[in-house]
Amino acid sequence: MIPELGHFLLAMAVVLACVQGIIGIIGPTLKDPRALAAAPLLTLLHFTAIALSFLALVWAGVVSDFTVENIADFSSSIVPLMYRITGVWGNHDGSILLWCLILSLCGAAVALGGRQLPATLRARVLGVLGLVSCGFLLFTLSVSDPFTRIWPPPLEGAGMNPILQDPGLAFHPPVLYTGYVGFSVAFAFAIGALLEGRIDAAWGRWVRPWALISWCFLTAGITLGSWWSYYTLGWGGYWFWDPVENAALLPWLTGTALLHCAIVVEKREALKAWTVLLAIATFSLSLSGTFLVRSGILNSVHSFAAAPDQGLFILALLGITIGGSLLLFAIRAPILAGAGIYAPISRESALVLNNIFLCAIAAVVFTGTLYPPFANLLFGIQLSVGAPFFNQTVLPLAGPIILAMGVGPLLRWKRADMLPVLQRLWLAGGIALLVLIILTATKHLIAALGLAGGAWVVLAGLTDLADRIRLFRVPLGQALGRLFSLPRAAIGAALGHIGFGVSVLGIAGMTLAQQSVVVLKPGQSTELGGYSWTLNDIHDAPGPNYSQRVADVSIGEGGHTFLTLHPARRIFTAQGTTTNDAAIHTNGLQDIYVVFADEQNGGAELRLNWHPGAPLIWFGGLIMALGGFCSLSDRRLRVGAPNRKRLPKGAAA
Amino acid sequence: MSPLRRRLLFGVPLAVVVAGGAGFYTILRRMQVDDYDPHALPSPLIGKRPPAFTLPGTDGAQGFANTDIEAPAKPMLVNWFASWCLPCQQETPMLAKLAASGITIWGIAYQDHPDATADYLARFGNPYQRIAADASGLTAINWGVYGVPETYFIDKTGIVRWRYPGALTQQVVDSQLMPLFRKYS
Repeated sequence: MIPELGHFLLAMAVVLACVQGIIGIIGPTLKDPRALAAAPLLTLLHFTAIALSFLALVWAGVVSDFTVENIADFSSSIVPLMYRITGVWGNHDGSILLWCLILSLCGAAVALGGRQLPATLRARVLGVLGLVSCGFLLFTLSVSDPFTRIWPPPLEGAGMNPILQDPGLAFHPPVLYTGYVGFSVAFAFAIGALLEGRIDAAWGRWVRPWALISWCFLTAGITLGSWWSYYTLGWGGYWFWDPVENAALLPWLTGTALLHCAIVVEKREALKAWTVLLAIATFSLSLSGTFLVRSGILNSVHSFAAAPDQGLFILALLGITIGGSLLLFAIRAPILAGAGIYAPISRESALVLNNIFLCAIAAVVFTGTLYPPFANLLFGIQLSVGAPFFNQTVLPLAGPIILAMGVGPLLRWKRADMLPVLQRLWLAGGIALLVLIILTATKHLIAALGLAGGAWVVLAGLTDLADRIRLFRVPLGQALGRLFSLPRAAIGAALGHIGFGVSVLGIAGMTLAQQSVVVLKPGQSTELGGYSWTLNDIHDAPGPNYSQRVADVSIGEGGHTFLTLHPARRIFTAQGTTTNDAAIHTNGLQDIYVVFADEQNGGAELRLNWHPGAPLIWFGGLIMALGGFCSLSDRRLRVGAPNRKRLPKGAAA
Repeated sequence: MSPLRRRLLFGVPLAVVVAGGAGFYTILRRMQVDDYDPHALPSPLIGKRPPAFTLPGTDGAQGFANTDIEAPAKPMLVNWFASWCLPCQQETPMLAKLAASGITIWGIAYQDHPDATADYLARFGNPYQRIAADASGLTAINWGVYGVPETYFIDKTGIVRWRYPGALTQQVVDSQLMPLFRKYS
């Protein structure tokens, strides 16, 4: 009964979204106040319908209602409650419903929080969101229905993929999806602006918090995903240039560019058409990221099994959404003229530079990801593009960004002088140079460049903050007082840059990582990274729905044991699969990482890893996301400053 | 910038997306229509003779060497299998059907215990005229086998013309294998 209700509510949501889309788009043209008022109301109803429908699916998962095919196939009654809930979005159909839920939540947030927006713009934004939602809800309902019933129901579900039974995975998709889908609002604003035919500083100020919040979630989602693959999957790496990872990285790159560009629109009314294009591109890449990887075209570890007819449906949806918006862009954007003028050395130029390099990286990653299937199609050749290509192409492009990141925030708008800025950064630059020289002599060049670059970004960010609060020039208490009265956006920006620098430090540190695969019998030991690693014992240990074999590995330095780790192999009897539960010890600066890969002839095959800097990668991602949230709490964004600059109503071109 | 150039420039993103969309559409269509696999790995053996090997027989059958398939009387198949491989079991009815229609199939048991191979053949039938055992798996590496089952089509001159990774299905046999037999007979 409950699943039927959920199914019915889903059908209702399609209708509501469709009406919301049509009224939202046509209403402003008709200039009918009833139509303008109806759009927010419809958005809220549409959100309620999807939310209830999603709850119905969660309910079916919680009570293990195996008449729902989705639950029978991907869950079972012995799975712990938390994973019965999170398992709802751990499969193809359920995850798309979650996607639609977040999309409608974004719409509801605009409907409720956008009271200061001009009524026509708000209706248009909601209309665009409604149309997008309608398309994907139709997809859910027609070819990927999570409420499909089976009769007679099986006595027990097929169980859940053991890899998915992990808190990291449970929360990774919702966070990542919020990041992806949040950009739909920036997209809708861009389309709304193209329909209205005007963009001004106020538009930039409305779009920026939306872009920022999505960016924070996307950053957090990518960080979580990378951390999850590192510590759960026991892959021992943090980034594999897998198509799905690239699919998340692409909107992050263009989203980061969008974030910086929207500042220029807000402050200087320049780069308007470019910002609109970035907003469209970011959401388009988010869409492609979520859906193209499911079509089977790209080869990936993340793939959900999807039928080709779903692939064609998705392609049609993407074609209409992306193609339609770019057609509108081609027709309408040429009338958006920029107003601000700026000198070659200025904050604007620095941001343009940032945009150029971010987009260049995005273009390289995009090409590398899509080249294999297209090369096959066009020339009939088989190839795979892997990490070596991406490392060699992305690193040189990241270099200038890292250099410019330190200088950019200290430049003034319109026209700036390089010399005083460099004088303020002499300390950061000096230390970075020192790091570079010392490490080039002792380690290899890539690590030296990376660590120097990371140090430069972190120190330049700290210098910026210290300058602003006049640290060491006024008494400490007063300086701290100034810190709290700084605009939060300034702190957030500095934190964002510092976080990126910290991640760069971690990535550079990982280039020095050492690993080895050894087979040890109990009592034997080996050397790696200056430590001695000893296998003490292998024994059995019970688990809730699996049995496991645990290896006791002690790690010592100079004959003195300081750590014992317990990596395990878990055998899930229901599925007949085995997962490796890696044992990781971190001290915040380096990881010691042991995987119990296999057992043979009484010996354990161990993968031993010494990972200097690894924790910094995720720590940096966290700081970046926190910086974003800090910036979001800025007063200007919170109290809706655009209020004071209200546009004349009905000023559409 | 002239207004026309500006307009054209703003149309570039659309053009890129239209071209990309058309490409994806073609790939998806072909995946549906003719089993096109965008990630299929080519076999390095296509157009060549298999590298030198001599493998012993198993389960009482005669083994074979590369010299035995240098010039078969008619086109034949070499099928890699293993008793521990589930898709191999699924494939056995198809192989039996092919063998019954008069096609020569030689098998190579990949990293398998002789007892297990014998048991497997007793349970699922033996479509092979000769069965070699590649216990070490070295020959498989030389052939570029990346998983069992894998089927190779060898023409009358001993040259490998086609390789199929995975279990043979009726569709693959009809659309790919039978045309090969017609072409090379």
